Amino acid sequence: MAGYHLAQLNVGLVRAPTDSPQLADFMAGIDPVNAAADDTPGLVWRLQDGDGPGATALRPRGPDFMVNMSVWESLEALRDFVYRNGPHLDFMRRRREWFHRMGEQHLVLWWVPAGHIPGLDEALSRLDLIRSDGPTPLAFTFHEPYPAPAEPAARRG
Amino acid sequence: MNEISIVAVLDDPVRRRLYEYVALQPHGVSRNEAAQAVGIQRTLAAFHLDRLAEAGLVSVSFRRPDGRTGPGAGRPAKLYQRATTEHEVSVPPRDYRRAAELLAEVVDVTGAEPQLQRSARSRGAAAGRTARWQAPGEGDRELVERELAAQGYQPYRDGADTRLRNCPFHVLADRYPPLICGMNLALLEGLLTGAAAATLEARLDPRPGDCCVALREAVPVVLPEAVPPSKTN
Repeated sequence: MAGYHLAQLNVGLVRAPTDSPQLADFMAGIDPVNAAADDTPGLVWRLQDGDGPGATALRPRGPDFMVNMSVWESLEALRDFVYRNGPHLDFMRRRREWFHRMGEQHLVLWWVPAGHIPGLDEALSRLDLIRSDGPTPLAFTFHEPYPAPAEPAARRG
Repeated sequence: MNEISIVAVLDDPVRRRLYEYVALQPHGVSRNEAAQAVGIQRTLAAFHLDRLAEAGLVSVSFRRPDGRTGPGAGRPAKLYQRATTEHEVSVPPRDYRRAAELLAEVVDVTGAEPQLQRSARSRGAAAGRTARWQAPGEGDRELVERELAAQGYQPYRDGADTRLRNCPFHVLADRYPPLICGMNLALLEGLLTGAAAATLEARLDPRPGDCCVALREAVPVVLPEAVPPSKTN
């Protein structure tokens, strides 16, 4: 799978403004969790928008709609970070304090050619795809993953 | 071998102690180390370990001592480690895991995690209170580790930490990590509170192969000493 990397988009509806006491621990924890991700060898890139820690200032679909997005060398590398990294697991454990339950898919994974950094539009279209079609090779989840596309056979010179 | 025969391989006290020792170590264990730990002769340990390996309860690997290589480097050491396959016997047949997966999915989908954590904390506290009532004067660490062992977590010391070699909810935790690890942390926080083990604290700290929770001494809260009013004021 050397030719492809794994992209991830995670969205959430935040329960209160980011400067509220309710969100204080979340906002305080973003930088350390991002630093832990930066320290993880499998991370290729993560979305940052400069106006707040990580991508917390972005609101692509409404005032409460928050996103985070990143690209990893493999599904295993992402899965390990999401579920086996102490600070991140602790964050996930507390997510209901900060985010509403989402009735639809809030996490989508998809393969991108190595070196390609997806934009938010691409990511949101993958989210829409999994919401309308369920998991497919173009947009899937940890529970129902799909392998990277097969490499085309190299032409002989 | 069917499941009953496999589990029956443990029906020997010495063999079970060997298995429990091997299962507790995060590294592969040699025959010598196991024999010494359990207090038996090396040949008897070898016999039992190989029976455990035949049954698939432990897995075998080989490592050259001291990393030497090439001819004359010495025979590679045979090492034993806890096998990853689960084995279950229930009579009459019960399948709580299937129900647990369904219930976990519902909690996940309905966002009922906070209630799950509250319930888990409360249930953990009940177990802690019972443990403390049975051993009122015991030190916190000893009491908690004994209770954790009774609940199947296989606690071991790692420096200042008590770590847990086994996750009792492993397959479920693999499928719903934040849900189950959050529940587990709440159970153990509840245990500490119920047992009045104020000197300990629990945190999420996953390590490959282990349960995601670790315990250590709580940082004591230092209260400033009361200062008597100054006579010069």
